[in-house]
Amino acid sequence: MNPTSAVTRRKFLKTSAVGGAALVVGFYWPSMSNAQQQEEPRPNPFDAWIRIDQNGQVTLTVARSEMGQGVMTSLPMILADELDVDWSAVHIEQAATKPELYGDQGTGGSDSINSSWMPLRQAAAAARQMLIAAAAEAWHVGTDTCTTKNGAVWHGPRHRQLTYGELVERASKLAVPDFKKVTLKNPDNFTIIGTSRPRADVPEKVDGRALFGIDVRVPGMLYAVVARCPTFGGKAAKFDATKTKAIPGVRHVVEIEAVGPGAHTAGGIAVVADTTALAIQGRDALEIEWDRGPHAKETSESLRQEFQSLVAQPGKVILKEGDADAALSGAAKKIEAAYELPFLAHATMEPMNCTVDIRADRAEAWAPTQGPDWIRDVVAQIAGMPPNKVIVHTILMGGAFGRRYQADYAVEAAQVSKAVGKPIQLVWTREDDMQHDFYRPASYHRLEGALDGKGGISAWHHRIASTSIRAFWDTSGHAKAEQQEIGGAGQLPYAIPNLRLEYAPASSGVPRAWWRSVEASISGFVVESFLDELAAAAAADPLEFRLRLLEPPRFVPDVLSPRSTPLDTRRLKAVLQLASEKGSWGKPLPAGRGRGIACHYSFDSYVAEVAEVTVGKDGKVRVDRVVCAVDCGRAVNPDGVAAQMEGGIVYGLSAALMGEITIADGAVKQGNWDDYPVLRMRDMPAIEVYIVPSEGHPTGCGEPGLPPIAAAVTNAIFAATGKRARRLPIRAEELRAT
Amino acid sequence: MAPISFQVNGKSASMDVNPETPLLWVLRDNLNLTGTKFGCGIGQCGACTVHLDGKAIRSCNTPVSSAIGKSVTTIEGIATGHSHPLQTAWIAEQVPQCGYCQSGQIMSAAALLAKKPNPTDAEIDSAMNGNICRCGTYQRVHRAIHRAAAQMAKGAPTGTKTAPPKGARKAAGGAL
Repeated sequence: MNPTSAVTRRKFLKTSAVGGAALVVGFYWPSMSNAQQQEEPRPNPFDAWIRIDQNGQVTLTVARSEMGQGVMTSLPMILADELDVDWSAVHIEQAATKPELYGDQGTGGSDSINSSWMPLRQAAAAARQMLIAAAAEAWHVGTDTCTTKNGAVWHGPRHRQLTYGELVERASKLAVPDFKKVTLKNPDNFTIIGTSRPRADVPEKVDGRALFGIDVRVPGMLYAVVARCPTFGGKAAKFDATKTKAIPGVRHVVEIEAVGPGAHTAGGIAVVADTTALAIQGRDALEIEWDRGPHAKETSESLRQEFQSLVAQPGKVILKEGDADAALSGAAKKIEAAYELPFLAHATMEPMNCTVDIRADRAEAWAPTQGPDWIRDVVAQIAGMPPNKVIVHTILMGGAFGRRYQADYAVEAAQVSKAVGKPIQLVWTREDDMQHDFYRPASYHRLEGALDGKGGISAWHHRIASTSIRAFWDTSGHAKAEQQEIGGAGQLPYAIPNLRLEYAPASSGVPRAWWRSVEASISGFVVESFLDELAAAAAADPLEFRLRLLEPPRFVPDVLSPRSTPLDTRRLKAVLQLASEKGSWGKPLPAGRGRGIACHYSFDSYVAEVAEVTVGKDGKVRVDRVVCAVDCGRAVNPDGVAAQMEGGIVYGLSAALMGEITIADGAVKQGNWDDYPVLRMRDMPAIEVYIVPSEGHPTGCGEPGLPPIAAAVTNAIFAATGKRARRLPIRAEELRAT
Repeated sequence: MAPISFQVNGKSASMDVNPETPLLWVLRDNLNLTGTKFGCGIGQCGACTVHLDGKAIRSCNTPVSSAIGKSVTTIEGIATGHSHPLQTAWIAEQVPQCGYCQSGQIMSAAALLAKKPNPTDAEIDSAMNGNICRCGTYQRVHRAIHRAAAQMAKGAPTGTKTAPPKGARKAAGGAL
């Protein structure tokens, strides 16, 4: 299969063995899956999503992974409302890993509600219809005389009812109606959707009961840690485990092979012991000589030089409208700027880990994962058995942010379990996690813009160079390297007649993949910064400038995903207006303080943010307040939406203010929170979130809060100081008063 | 080597381990109290926060020998059935997202409230600055501490009761 071919629903991988332990994973990441496009017949809802016991207990099954985004609550809310059951009677259960039943079980792309909204409603409506039919059959009446309420079917004319529990046996024998033809509830009658419901997973997260991947305990299991070559692509030339094996409690030392491309494990020397502490102690005692491999000379500085030379020449033209060169050369006023963004680690609170038990005839894995079906495939691959012999338990994730879409940690655990014949919990230390991540790509941007002298922009020329995600995953040479590097830079909402966007991939041995909001984390900063620069050059108010350029109302397609939902400039305008109104836009601030605004469309949602900052004479930046306005269609669980916006903003602030992974000698220099600092309590701004009331299709929330925040802050810094932070993270030395 | 003995959540614990072993791993792997989390191993993130004789410490870089003869309280032992005002406040404010750091957040907050029953914003910032949350729940943590303090002022129990360890939970076949 062609790795870049379009597929109608997300399909993440196809695995095939190529000799020995090698694993080749063709990777698919089409843009947003679209629920309405799904053509597969749906299974019986009573088998898949909804279980009603004869005692009336309703269990809703969630075939997505919980990483703190609240999907264990919001998806059941949709089901329960459409099914007409009392929320307090609903039990929630994690789905087994059965893609044959649930379809793709991956969780990402801020897509769970967006893509599940209609299938779940249809499934619940189908079940409700079956329950009504069962009651009508029992009563020998027409279905049109029956309605549902609070977990029961009511027969209006006779004022009688049968509970779902009483009906389920009869109902489950009926034919499943065509999901497309079932009658959905009138949204005016929603009683659960649109109300803030406490999250189902919160109580167990305040008393230590919540079971994360690293908390899994299986009888007879041992703990493993792996010594990996610090340099990407390197491996152990030789090693001596004598001292390790002398430690009481160390059981095995096993060399594991690098697996890839696809899973991209580093390989290394695994130390297996009775406890995690002993495994770490055993690893410390290993003596290893590394063959540092082909990337041993890479540095952040060498990459930066490559970026600069790439943007000095034309790249692949991604988008061209009008004649940007002519408009620029004839412009009375034009500006030019370069922006830089570093590699970033995900740095989830729970380091990577996985527990795997490979037996002769079956295997079992306990995985904190965004992609349990992928974990099933790779464990099967390592175990040498068909996927249906592998049971994967999806365990709570201590943060994910895209990192837990990878299967590398599961591959390693499977390799070690297979080698030693015991259940293994493979744990990464913080340093392992920081230094063997799949990083947010580093990128460099050169922009030129011209003003038309009438308050508008006449030309916009943007050259991007980055360490492409797609080029890393697809080594066929046919990959569209730009596919996940452009984001909103290829979907400019502003009316600009002459546009050119070019792209060039840079070479790097650093693994890259999806980090919260992916390319939007980059395009949000670059586009909204340069637009602010043009507003300043035009001596225009940044808000007024944006609002003016969002006229006339129109739909803007994504140049790389023309079939995805186009941007509606009216909705972007509305969030800008709401954020500015709530964010005291235009009100004076004391000296040294400033207010900035930025907006971005990502994952089908519209977000605008106003940041207020204080910049000290030493150049240190404090973010005092962030006001966020979001239009994510109908908000299923409004407090959950607010929490996701808060989370996206904080994650984005960590990146903007302090996040940077640098490379020396082909390896990551940072190792822990002391040299990869993140936002702490003391750095925390007051965050306010406002949700645009909407009856539209619900769209993404986990990621869209992030893209505008860096530019909102740097634009505020400009307002406070007249200085522009164009290189992230923001550097105090560039902002110091002179 | 002589067994190492100390109190955990009101019960005696005794085991043969290297006295240099971080208390965190003894709690998690030897005593199966997995509510206390591993986050960094160098005392930077606070996910491993427990109380040692009532004082909040980072168990990831505290050798188990430091606990000999002393009393350790973990998240599992702070109260029974969410009865600690911090736990009810955490639920009311819907603080946790992924939840991984929250045991440590609550243990740090409990130590703060034991010392300062009505902390100021600055005192909260200072006491909680060592606890990292990557989901960005700080604002809700802050609010929940104020809420718990208000509850406690009204006479709600202050917790730190000893309870049977609940951490001995087996991996339950994927059911959460």
